[in-house]
Amino acid sequence: MSDSDKTIEQFVQSDYKYGFTTNVETDTAPPGLSEDIVRLISRKKNEPEFMLEWRLKAYRHWLTMEEPKWPNVHYPPIDYQSIIYYAAPKSRKPGPKSLDEVDPAILEMYRKLGISLQEQERLAGVAVDAIMDSVSVGTTLKGQLAEKGIIFCSFTEAILEHPDLIRKWLGSVVPYTDNYFAALNAAVFSDGSFCYIPKGVRCPVELSTYFRINAINTGQFERTLIVADEGAYVSYLEGCTAPMRDENQLHAAVVELVALDNAQIKYSTVQNWYPGDKDGKGGIYNFVTKRGKCAGVNSKISWTQVETGSAITWKYPSCILLGDNSIGEFYSVALTNNCQQADTGTKMIHIGKNTRSTIVSKGISAGRGQNSYRGLVKIMKGATGARNFSQCDSLLIGDKCGAHTFPYIEVNNKTATVEHEASTSKVGEDQVFYLNQRGLSTQDAVSMIVNGFSKEVFKQLPMEFAVEAQKLLGVSLEGSVG
Amino acid sequence: MTTTTQQSKPAPADNAQAHLAAFDTFEKGGARRFPAWVNELRRAGISRFTALGFPTRRLEDWKYTNVAPISQLPFKPAVNPMPVALSAADLARFAFAGLDGSRLVFVNGHFVPGLSAISKLSVGVKLGSLAAAMSSDGDIVKQHLGRYASATDHAFRALNVAFFADGAFIYVPKGVVVEEPIHLLFVAVAGEDGTAAHPRNLIVAEAGSRLKVVESYVSVGSAAGFTNAVTEIAVGEGANVEHCKFQDESLGAFHVATIQSSLARNSRFTSHSISVGAQIARHDINAVMTGEGVECVLNGLYVASGSQLVDHHMVVDHAQPRCASHEFFHGILGGKSRGVFNGKIFVRPGAQQTDAKQTNRNLLLTDDATVDTKPQLEIFADDVKCMHGATVGRLDEDAIFYLRSRGIPHNAARRMLTQAFASNILARIGIEPVRKQLDEFLQSHLDAEIRAVEG
Repeated sequence: MSDSDKTIEQFVQSDYKYGFTTNVETDTAPPGLSEDIVRLISRKKNEPEFMLEWRLKAYRHWLTMEEPKWPNVHYPPIDYQSIIYYAAPKSRKPGPKSLDEVDPAILEMYRKLGISLQEQERLAGVAVDAIMDSVSVGTTLKGQLAEKGIIFCSFTEAILEHPDLIRKWLGSVVPYTDNYFAALNAAVFSDGSFCYIPKGVRCPVELSTYFRINAINTGQFERTLIVADEGAYVSYLEGCTAPMRDENQLHAAVVELVALDNAQIKYSTVQNWYPGDKDGKGGIYNFVTKRGKCAGVNSKISWTQVETGSAITWKYPSCILLGDNSIGEFYSVALTNNCQQADTGTKMIHIGKNTRSTIVSKGISAGRGQNSYRGLVKIMKGATGARNFSQCDSLLIGDKCGAHTFPYIEVNNKTATVEHEASTSKVGEDQVFYLNQRGLSTQDAVSMIVNGFSKEVFKQLPMEFAVEAQKLLGVSLEGSVG
Repeated sequence: MTTTTQQSKPAPADNAQAHLAAFDTFEKGGARRFPAWVNELRRAGISRFTALGFPTRRLEDWKYTNVAPISQLPFKPAVNPMPVALSAADLARFAFAGLDGSRLVFVNGHFVPGLSAISKLSVGVKLGSLAAAMSSDGDIVKQHLGRYASATDHAFRALNVAFFADGAFIYVPKGVVVEEPIHLLFVAVAGEDGTAAHPRNLIVAEAGSRLKVVESYVSVGSAAGFTNAVTEIAVGEGANVEHCKFQDESLGAFHVATIQSSLARNSRFTSHSISVGAQIARHDINAVMTGEGVECVLNGLYVASGSQLVDHHMVVDHAQPRCASHEFFHGILGGKSRGVFNGKIFVRPGAQQTDAKQTNRNLLLTDDATVDTKPQLEIFADDVKCMHGATVGRLDEDAIFYLRSRGIPHNAARRMLTQAFASNILARIGIEPVRKQLDEFLQSHLDAEIRAVEG
């Protein structure tokens, strides 16, 4: 084994830094899934009748579906009857009015994660809707947003207080029939975030949700719905971590975005769920359906994601470009180390005229990680003048990892221009040597090369996230050198 | 190791009964003239076919190609030679002028010595019908036949194994150079719908040899015939094989074919696939590197119009380190035609220093033409250079403007650019008379195509 290989070993063996659990009493439902559990969840959340009906329809439809087998990932079968579908922190009073009412232990956990709510509220000007085990713990900066007519609250609250909006938009982009995990989510989702930006309003702060799975054996099924009315703009951040557990936990979320005429939504994710240990034991199964609909003319939806965690990642943030001149963007960095597997990419469905989409995907594989890009660019017959540019690059570190590309391009209009390019390369010994020569340690050199490789995507992230993402990449990659 | 993720359950063959019955008749009759070991292969083939059934669009490899028109055809395998009413003059238009080497003619998959011409061959070179070689050179044939083109996951290859009766056999011994290209001409004479030819070709080029082969598929008559061909090519250490396939069957015909090559250390293999004819044409072109230092080039040009569908599926399996592969495919689609491209590069664990490139460019001439392309990479080694690119679009307006500003009329400018797009691929053909003739043929073909588009 050469020296550089040894360094790879050391690098790869770094530990998960977010592995701790918070001892908060949780109010959990018995494990398993049945109509009764669906009713229980709905009752616990005091939901109106229409929600229960929707959930039950989704549940009945789910029973008729089969788990998809096509992703390029491998895992033992999931026992859906051993999962706890509802867990709420018990000690919480009904609806905290301010952060002071929130359990101090929970706040302490967020502090450890480095997202102190107070600090963010005061200093960073970020409104955080923190989700811990599926129930929204506290929403910040709500007052300021309310002045502008922006609704930003937990999904439960939205169902109770804005049932008309929920009725109108829930499932309008990702119907419960969409896929296996979306149907499951629709049946049992416990909470999430809802955001509505009224006509012509530009949201003054970056909205943010922090997800974290805490209880043992609980699946996290949250649902996010963002509606940007005509001419509105919003930038939304989502961060995720989970404590260390030996078992695999299932996370099946759904995110729906709707942009009406001239509206813009920017959705950024930094996903750092527990990836399992170096032998692939434990970790989160992150099976997520994310989709945005550019329903209006000149609308724009931009997805940016940095995926460094989860044992298995399976998600394709997509854009349906329905409105004429609408724009879809997808920027992604996905890193797989140790035994992680990722099958991620995007779908751009061009329906309106002169729709444009850009895809930039950077996959980094290290250790025994398997990283797949799977993308679809579909130009429908009416999408005259549609334009797509896709670039998916892979970086390999070590000789036991894999990088795969499955780009699907379907063109039904001759005026469309579609370009796809991809390359695969490794961290070159000469590159590392060059940086070593200039006094950088091998670790710093690799971190620098990888960050340079991912720069195009990082520059799309809001400032605070970009810094975090760069650090995260450095930490996740510690020791890997090619 | 699974290479793909398709795990849908195979549907049973729609009219498997007809195929089974046809096999039964064949086995009890015509098949008895073949050696027992061949018929054993056949039985494995038919049982594999009945297990797989015709592929459905639920299978990843057939996602864009619906073969229902083929499975619904009456099945009439041409397992026995029939008297041919063709004369050498009938075939003249299919010949490549200036290609003076040997020519083997097959009608519905059967060798016709009367129409063929075998010129003087170097010592040890064997060239002729596979049916005859199974007896005369049984050892060589047995050693290679069915060893490369796997029938386990491909219903049409399984069907070919069950029903093949003849094809070409080419054997070039160690170090021998065959200067003149060998022309294999497959003529489909479909008297009635569903006449199915299952040609099977075996090409063995031993270490250090050189060989050029031209395989062309044409038809006489416009019935809905079905050609299901398999060509296996074993390229020995340091050998150099250039293979050029030209498919121009009638617009009523169905063409499914596999070219499977196995490439030994330091060998070089070049394949050209020019596909113009048939209602549905599906080409599987697969290469496996079995040794280091291989160079493999796969070129292709597909031109379709009307309601044609042309599908190219490639798998380049970098099973060994230090190999290079290049795929260049251009498509020109008019009318309501559909083009499908799937070029998979597979880099096995340990196949370091692989250099693989894949390019697919498509030109859409009409509003109703469509393209589905999937340039796919699966990489399990780190020290590799892999690139792929795909584009779909129409002619570059700037280029048209450039030509028009120099006094060239709009239509002429379009023709020039379209022809240049096709010539990009044809220019790679190393067999000069073939390149020249195909270039001329495509010029007039594309001219007609563009005129049709312009009304």
